Amino acid sequence: MGRNGSGKSTLSKVLAGHPAYTVTGGTVMYQGQNLLELVPEQRARLGLFLGFQYPVEIPGVSNLEFLRVATNARRQERGETELDTFAFEDLVTARLAVVQMDPAFLERSVNEGFSGGEKKRNEILQMALLEPVVAILDETDSGLDIDALRIVAGGVNQLASPGNATLLITHYQRLLDLITPDHVHVMAAGRILRSGGPELAHELERTGYDWVDQELALSEVG
Amino acid sequence: MTSTVVGDLVAQPYKYGFVTEIETEKIAKGLSEDVVRLISAKKKEPTFLLDFRLRAYRQWLQMREPDWAALGYPPIDYQDIIYYAAPKQQSKKASLDEVDPKLLETFDKLGIPLSEQKRLSNVAVDAVFDSVSIATTFKEQLAEHGVIFCSISEAVKEHPALIERYLGTVVASNDNYFAALNAAVFSDGSFVFIPKGVACPMELSTYFRINSGDTGQFERTLIVAEEGASVSYLEGCTAPMFDTNQLHAAVVELVALDDASIKYSTVQNWYAGDEHGVGGIYNFVTKRGQCRGARSKISWTQVETGSAITWKYPSCVLQGADSVGEFYSVALTNNRQQADTGTKMIHVGPRTRSTIVSKGISAGHSVNSYRGLVQIGPKAVGSKNYSQCDSMLIGDQAGANTYPYIRSQQSDAVVEHEASTCRLSADQLFYLQSRGIGFEEAVSMMVSGFCRDVFNQLPMEFAAEADKLLALKLEGSVG
Repeated sequence: MGRNGSGKSTLSKVLAGHPAYTVTGGTVMYQGQNLLELVPEQRARLGLFLGFQYPVEIPGVSNLEFLRVATNARRQERGETELDTFAFEDLVTARLAVVQMDPAFLERSVNEGFSGGEKKRNEILQMALLEPVVAILDETDSGLDIDALRIVAGGVNQLASPGNATLLITHYQRLLDLITPDHVHVMAAGRILRSGGPELAHELERTGYDWVDQELALSEVG
Repeated sequence: MTSTVVGDLVAQPYKYGFVTEIETEKIAKGLSEDVVRLISAKKKEPTFLLDFRLRAYRQWLQMREPDWAALGYPPIDYQDIIYYAAPKQQSKKASLDEVDPKLLETFDKLGIPLSEQKRLSNVAVDAVFDSVSIATTFKEQLAEHGVIFCSISEAVKEHPALIERYLGTVVASNDNYFAALNAAVFSDGSFVFIPKGVACPMELSTYFRINSGDTGQFERTLIVAEEGASVSYLEGCTAPMFDTNQLHAAVVELVALDDASIKYSTVQNWYAGDEHGVGGIYNFVTKRGQCRGARSKISWTQVETGSAITWKYPSCVLQGADSVGEFYSVALTNNRQQADTGTKMIHVGPRTRSTIVSKGISAGHSVNSYRGLVQIGPKAVGSKNYSQCDSMLIGDQAGANTYPYIRSQQSDAVVEHEASTCRLSADQLFYLQSRGIGFEEAVSMMVSGFCRDVFNQLPMEFAAEADKLLALKLEGSVG
């Protein structure tokens, strides 16, 4: 959690390898490898997933084909067989239930003309297919009405398992009413200012971020 | 686009760049009235054709090479070109067994098997090697339906009346500089005739192969669909890699009578020159279809990926009432390629309709121009045109231009033009990559997506081919 501009989205994009960001120092260790040395597609194949705040529209590229190619890239990395069109359709039909998505969206171009809620469902569908080890969901709740929020949160909960981790970036308690976090971290000025349990989110809901300025000011003096 | 370097990946070599060692009969370089007469004599042509050639040659002498296209190239020395070359075989063979195995092997290598066992099951192929037709498959089967599919040289001998009636009636011998040159010296090409009421039972295809390094290529294709007839025709083209440029000046004429429909698709993959712009084909082509009859339809689909220079405007003259013209184009340029391509839709008859969908993709240091004319004549009441021209830029060194010309002499005509330019966006690429899709595959998915509207128009067997071709051409161009 954290205010706008505190570095949450930057962190997620850096982890996923967005080309607009240059990392000037430090390492990111993931499964014994420095993530920063890998190209974005390799990070994804190894199980890192970024749920976009603003999923990108790609006209002309079929959503179904996109999902299949992506799923196969991940499967290949895990030493699993590639799925042909038919086997994949079975899999994707099963996974659609996680986000209660209309199969008609598979036939359309990737995110093209999707509503905000549909785009976010499509993100969670991708997550359900790719079975990431670490999923970063960047403001997945933004722009969602309450029903869509429930569906998306339900999807995230269903996919959670002891073998994976989810990093949720959010401004609002309302998402955390539906997904109970194990840990809450508050970011400011590009670093983690405070960490705690779910109660920290409740506290933020009551007090807002004014205390952040004070702590930042103190830390600068210090 | 992004901070990563453009073109740091090794480009895929042009896989059709080999030369076939074969004995050819060539005449001396240069062009004169004697050369025109010699070509005609070698082909034992009737007088009407020799007259047609001579008239064209004299007109050509009076004409000037056009310079209005957005193309730059050194002057072409027309006396430094060989105007007739043919693989040494006595005459066109009755059976494939008699065709030089080297030629069959060449087409095998190009993925166009001609032999009985291997050939495509539902596509009849006319194979043209250095402007001479060497074999045509499925001729007998087609003949049962009354369909004539053969080389134009054969047609001149066997169906002279049809040739005399239609040749040069769509693209006149003095239509333009390159068309006049073609009319004077054309060597071969394909002829298709679909009689009244016949839907051609299979796809027809001509595969053009340039082999010689110093020979000009001048094919001429004529397709006639009589009343109610229909045909789908595809041409493919490749050439070896030479560090010199070869001139290719072809003419294609289509005639559609009442209720006839002709679908003409091209996958053009002539050698494009290397990354510094050395070598490659100069492609100056005149293609025009005439919807002569009421409710006739002519549809052009082209996928242009090759040639150093492309100058090409497949057009429709919509003469018959309620006739329909279509133009679907993907033009991809990379490295130093230059393309000035588009269409002309000439609405003459009432209630004629035309659709133009053009997708230009420019990568490397290339320049890709769309040039199109929509003309609505005074009698074309209730006519409509819709044009859509989209350009995609890859990297930051490539150029895209759009030159739409609209001339309407009808107050009630509806002419729509939409244009867009986009850059292959880094965000879209990153989105695909972040899902585990490799960089090049991501590019190829997006480019195919951009071209989807056009690829959907291609015969099914070739749509996948076109997809692969684009991916291959773009390999290493995005970074």
